[in-house]
Amino acid sequence: MISSSFDAIIPILCVALAGLVVLLAEAFRGRDEKMPIGGLAIIGLIGAGAASLLLWNRNATSFGVVTADNFSLFVNLILVAVGILTVIFSSQTVDRDRIPAGEYYAIMLFAIVGMMLMGQATDLLVIFLALETMSIAVYILTGIRREQQQSTEAAFKYFLLGAFASAFFLYGVAFLYGVTGSTNLDRIGSVIAAQSMSGNPMILLGVGLLIVGFAFKVAAVPFHMWSPDAYEGAPAVVTGFMSTGIKAAAVAAFVRVFLSSLEPMITEWAPVLWAIAAATMILGTVVGVAQTSLKRMLAYSSIAHGGYILAGLVAGNDVGKAAILFYLAAYALTNLGAFGVIALLGTRERANDDLRDYAGLFHSHPALAVLMTFFLLSLGGFPPTAGFIAKWYVFSAAIGSGYYGLAIIGVLSSVVSVFFYLRIVVMMFMTERDARPVPAPITAVAYAGLVLSLIGVLYLGVLPTAVIDFAQASISTIF
Amino acid sequence: MNGLPLLSIAILLPVIGSVLLLFVSNRDGSKNGLVRNLTLAISLVTFGVTLLLWAGFDPSAGAPAFQFVERHAWIPAFGIDYYVGIDGLSLMLLVLTGFLTPLALLTSWESVEKHVKEFSIFMLLLEASMIGVFSALDIFLFYIFWDFVLIPMYFLIGIWGYDQRIYAAVKFILYTMAGSVLMLVAIIGLSWLHQSVTGEYSFDLLKLYELTIPEGTQYWMFLAFTLAFIIKVPLFPFHTWLPDAHVQAPTPGSVILAGVMLKMGGYGLIRLAFPLFPEAALYFAPLLATLSVIAIVYGALVAMVQPDMKKLVAYSSVSHMGFVVLGIAAFNVQGLQGASYQMLAHGVSTGGLFCIVGMLSDRRHTRLISEFGGLKTVMPRLTAVMLILTLSSIGLPGMNGFIGEFLIMLGAFKWDPRFVVVAALGVILSAVYMLWMFQRVFYGKITNSHNQGLRDLSFREWAIVGPLAAAAIGMGVAPNVFLKPMEPAIQRLVDRVQARQPLTVSAPDLSSPKPQAPSPAVVASSEVAR
Repeated sequence: MISSSFDAIIPILCVALAGLVVLLAEAFRGRDEKMPIGGLAIIGLIGAGAASLLLWNRNATSFGVVTADNFSLFVNLILVAVGILTVIFSSQTVDRDRIPAGEYYAIMLFAIVGMMLMGQATDLLVIFLALETMSIAVYILTGIRREQQQSTEAAFKYFLLGAFASAFFLYGVAFLYGVTGSTNLDRIGSVIAAQSMSGNPMILLGVGLLIVGFAFKVAAVPFHMWSPDAYEGAPAVVTGFMSTGIKAAAVAAFVRVFLSSLEPMITEWAPVLWAIAAATMILGTVVGVAQTSLKRMLAYSSIAHGGYILAGLVAGNDVGKAAILFYLAAYALTNLGAFGVIALLGTRERANDDLRDYAGLFHSHPALAVLMTFFLLSLGGFPPTAGFIAKWYVFSAAIGSGYYGLAIIGVLSSVVSVFFYLRIVVMMFMTERDARPVPAPITAVAYAGLVLSLIGVLYLGVLPTAVIDFAQASISTIF
Repeated sequence: MNGLPLLSIAILLPVIGSVLLLFVSNRDGSKNGLVRNLTLAISLVTFGVTLLLWAGFDPSAGAPAFQFVERHAWIPAFGIDYYVGIDGLSLMLLVLTGFLTPLALLTSWESVEKHVKEFSIFMLLLEASMIGVFSALDIFLFYIFWDFVLIPMYFLIGIWGYDQRIYAAVKFILYTMAGSVLMLVAIIGLSWLHQSVTGEYSFDLLKLYELTIPEGTQYWMFLAFTLAFIIKVPLFPFHTWLPDAHVQAPTPGSVILAGVMLKMGGYGLIRLAFPLFPEAALYFAPLLATLSVIAIVYGALVAMVQPDMKKLVAYSSVSHMGFVVLGIAAFNVQGLQGASYQMLAHGVSTGGLFCIVGMLSDRRHTRLISEFGGLKTVMPRLTAVMLILTLSSIGLPGMNGFIGEFLIMLGAFKWDPRFVVVAALGVILSAVYMLWMFQRVFYGKITNSHNQGLRDLSFREWAIVGPLAAAAIGMGVAPNVFLKPMEPAIQRLVDRVQARQPLTVSAPDLSSPKPQAPSPAVVASSEVAR
């Protein structure tokens, strides 16, 4: 039985092991020796992906606090994809920006360990542990370019605000523990249901604090303040990693906590999340219009996308749960692709992420411009890309639960978002390049990463059936 | 027919063509000729396929409503299918699309010099998605094509347009998208409604036709659909994107925009908005008719004072498309026949007018009426063709414009004569602005020395305007060729809508923005009540 109790954490172990190997490799590396450290990371991630697939439908649990149900395995697979793409894009930027490769990849892998654990945890304390593992790693990644003032500032801001949010979360856990006598999600759920204590002020306070903690990690309004600064200050690849990985992990835990143990209280928390989702969609898109830095623009766009995902959570029905998973997958591929393009266009001296830097990109880098256009169209929700199916899916969930208002806010805000995505397209295709230097050529490996993302985006957009069925199967085992 | 999936071929051919073009390396423009010929060939073959569809179409009343049906499960979890099929109405619009696309491509041969390959790709994608809109029978699929149309058009205007092209392109896409997304919400709502009544999701248009939709829900769903369509048509007061888009678009873009894309709005009203929500449609029809007669007169008056020929033709489109909506609002056989015919006629005549304006502007690099005058002496052939198209646009008896407008007014008269009184004013005004422009541009003496020695129609230009002028006359002389195939389709639509009575409630119940999905019991009881 010992072996079986470790089953559920095998994917996490694979990634953690890869992280350790990467650290060791860095330690034994000669001064100027080239080592395919990124390759080691990819091997670990593929191992985690394979393990996740093998665990499919087995509902393994470890130590009573970690589960490998299909829901978390689906999230694991998204995280594996996020990790692999990030490593691929990093291959060019790590050398260019002289980032210490060993530390960088190791910390990234540890962040993924935290993310995976967050999706798999069934105990509030373990979720907190995972949250901290992930967050601390990402704080470091944000500030990994130590010599850059902006990067350090962003990391510091992110760290301070993140610490607050963690404290809120922990406080919420304490309240729930105080009332229900457990931190285990199932126990909490059954106690709440059995004693019908959904009106209990202590529980309400605890739930409210949990919402604050999660909303911070998801970057939902009004707890989004950190994200534009952090996204802008971090290296673009890290921004892509943060905006997709953290969101996937935090949403996974959010969904698990609120739609399993706190589901009996849905009438209490749904209106709150309704307001948060609506505000997030509106603010993310409206403020995004005013941005001129691409990283900031996409930071606001990813705030807005957080709002769309929350709409699926508010709906709270089965369609919503599957829609969230699908949305996370679609959004991860799309957003990573977009940030990949931004990262590859930067140079060591300049991030080249100003809107003007994209003028005439179609003439200097036609392939990059076309790839970027697909990613932007997907972010804007145009068919036949993943973004359209994902949006349709979450709004379908919202409408199915009668939340027409939320769906209408959602679709109208997505029209606003199209306005700023198109600004980038206008720059790339319809504006002549000024005197700025043409960015360096892109390596084949990085192109391969972008093309992989594009294939994913189109696959999810044109033939979404397989993944939709997969997502539906993922939610059928739990909740 | 003979088992060939002709509709899918018509949709896929241009897509395959555009993929082929991706592999032609044309960065320096050295292969422009190859690209152009290849694109033209693909569009001609696609036109041939639409003609094959016409040849194989059974227009008799006893034939199945939708023919060439193809159905493949696409997202089975939500009952979404790749489901296409055409009736006579779709068929005619498909033929129009197939007919205009090669001509529009030909107009680009001189006016589009940069990025010919990309231009061709976008034109082909545009054609594919328009064919998709007219043949989709699954409303999810319909929405996908409907929304996708915006992307190539946006690039066509934004890259190859005139000075204010970016403003026009962004306005075009945001305006039309804002209308469309609300339709998406209504589409999703419909599928949930179907789910709550029958237990399964469906986006199948024919199944949704049979759905009994509660009154309050019908009202706002009809409004959501109709808003999307009347922005596209465009109906006053949602027309402001059109003049910008038209004036800034390159000639081929204008031809497709006026010739086919505006028809998507009219088609949507006929195919989706009215038959899906008959009670609400009958309730709102007078409002639509009022807006359409305003559009008819307003468009004509504004067209009259335009100094720019392209803008004049653009506003004349607002006026002519107003007739289409008036015919649809009447929703009787004559009105619908007229509306459908007017859509075809307007596609041919306005498409042709844009071609001629494009040719003049290629030669002189201006479109101001005041820059021209007396062109008849230097370019008699172009003048002759222009006269045919002008008369067809005015609706002279014997020309295609007459049939449509006459039938529309006939239908509207049977319904409510008051609208016809105002609409008839538009007929007179159209003669005023078109003939006045014609007179100022072509008659008189040449006052501007730049106009001396302008060359007349070239062979290529003949190939563009010749078929258009022939079609304008042919459609006027033998309207039954085009009306016959549409007849059963229109009869069925009219039966479907007129079988319902307009709702007797005084005002739509829009106060509750969150109508609850009705339980089957509620629907059943409302059915009994009816």
